[in-house]
Amino acid sequence: MSIQVIEDTKVKAFPTPAKPAEVIAFTAKVRRRFDSAAIAGKLASTLVPPAVVIVVMLVIWQIACSSPNASLPPPSQVWNEAYDLIAHPFFDYGPQDIGLAWRVLISLQRVAIGFGLAAIVGVALGALVGQSIWAMRGLDPVFQILRTVPPLAWLPLSLAAFRDSSPSAIFVIFITSIWPVIINTAVGVRNIPEDYRNVSRILRLNQLEFFVKIMVPAAAPYIFTGLRIGIGLSWLAIVAAEMLTGGVGIGFFIWDAWNSSRLPDIIVALAYIGVTGFCLDRLVAAVGAFVTRGTTAK
Amino acid sequence: MTAYLKLDHIDKSFARGGQVSEVLKDIRLTIDKGEFVSIIGHSGCGKSTLLNLIAGLTKVTSGAVLLEDKEVDSPGPERAVVFQNHSLLPWLTVYENINLAVSKVFGRTRSRAERHDWIMRNLDLVQMAHARDKRPAEISGGMKQRVGIARALAMEPKILLLDEPFGALDALTRAHLQDAVMDIHSRLGSTTIMITHDVDEAVLLSDRIVMMTNGPAATIGEVLPVPLARPRHRVELSSDRTFLRCREAVLKFLYERHRFVEAAE
Repeated sequence: MSIQVIEDTKVKAFPTPAKPAEVIAFTAKVRRRFDSAAIAGKLASTLVPPAVVIVVMLVIWQIACSSPNASLPPPSQVWNEAYDLIAHPFFDYGPQDIGLAWRVLISLQRVAIGFGLAAIVGVALGALVGQSIWAMRGLDPVFQILRTVPPLAWLPLSLAAFRDSSPSAIFVIFITSIWPVIINTAVGVRNIPEDYRNVSRILRLNQLEFFVKIMVPAAAPYIFTGLRIGIGLSWLAIVAAEMLTGGVGIGFFIWDAWNSSRLPDIIVALAYIGVTGFCLDRLVAAVGAFVTRGTTAK
Repeated sequence: MTAYLKLDHIDKSFARGGQVSEVLKDIRLTIDKGEFVSIIGHSGCGKSTLLNLIAGLTKVTSGAVLLEDKEVDSPGPERAVVFQNHSLLPWLTVYENINLAVSKVFGRTRSRAERHDWIMRNLDLVQMAHARDKRPAEISGGMKQRVGIARALAMEPKILLLDEPFGALDALTRAHLQDAVMDIHSRLGSTTIMITHDVDEAVLLSDRIVMMTNGPAATIGEVLPVPLARPRHRVELSSDRTFLRCREAVLKFLYERHRFVEAAE
């Protein structure tokens, strides 16, 4: 008897929310109108303060470097002398005379190879260290020591090993960005709930299935934290490495500009590097947020 | 006739840093096919350890778990476990969670379409087909546990192991799920072992109630048959004399003869 009563109320409960659904659709429209105003307000509140700060900084810089014996060029001089670099990022007048966007892309290509390798090897090693207590005991001290070596300290050794500048630069990126990936992946794997392991044991998943279906998704938030730190480090390393190895990357452009005393060019290049690094960081963060959207919720 | 599941003189002790603590001692129990057995006892008496031993998630120290006269010492899908906290993988949808189990267990023997039908049949069985594309975070605790039961049933286990499956749920949701489990048990006739600390739940669902003494070195204190006809209805049973007598027997065992000593924790 009582069960029937419960079911009746359940059945009745269903049509009732169906009607207000139309009303909700209507309010959603109203909300959207509100939203456009809210978005504009939000944009203004995020864009105006940094714009003001940049203008103030430019003014201070202009005043500070305006005296005839100033050692650095003021913004107006940067604008005048490096106008072609700012306005035409994609020009191409021959092998060493190309726009800054091309140089950034060439550097990014090296980062993509070096960081890509670091991501693959780092996740694999991190999984090993996180999974096996003996791998951790053996490898962790080695990692802890090697990760403190500054990126450029690897460069002479890799130049000697590869006898070529391009793979050496890529190796420097690899060795710089792999440590945070390894360490974060290992922490993520160690934190996989025992229940998930039990599920995989009952299903008799093999090592590969466990890695793909349980370990990587479960550790994904940690892995992406490592990747985000790693990509930041590799962008730091590539500019420094290219200054020493030459080629056509953005790092070498700065060194070249310094040797020919083109200070405005250096300043423009710094802006390019900063913006690119920011975009890389946000890109990895966005990919991470997309991939891990289900994993952190309980 | 030999027993379907036999727990043969099982001892279990954990060694930690030279100190050996005895958790279970001389567990002897036989369970027939299709039987619903509850294991009840105070917390810390090792009833979850016992379930893990049957599941193969932990190994026995001595003795053996025999399923159809074959010793089992590692986990497998023929002894599916429904975990207390559901253990659904949060990055998979309800459907994908069950598919993970079904494609592993039946990936070679059944076609894609057959596996799909099987998943949907199990979701229907727990009335969760409507939420097939939701992620665990988007459904309630009771619904998660239903999906956990569906995942276990989808493995077509010889024995269904329930580890305090309703412990984390509120009383009303718990009652609904108990009815669902009774319904499934009557339809499929699945051999089921349930860990619980709820006396009413044990009496309502079980054919036999296994009562554990307190640890350390806990063992089976008493086995109480529940001679109630099925199907059982909780409202009618609430004044049934057999039901009340069984309930009283369990309560007496737990609170008079084997009172929980807090200091032993």
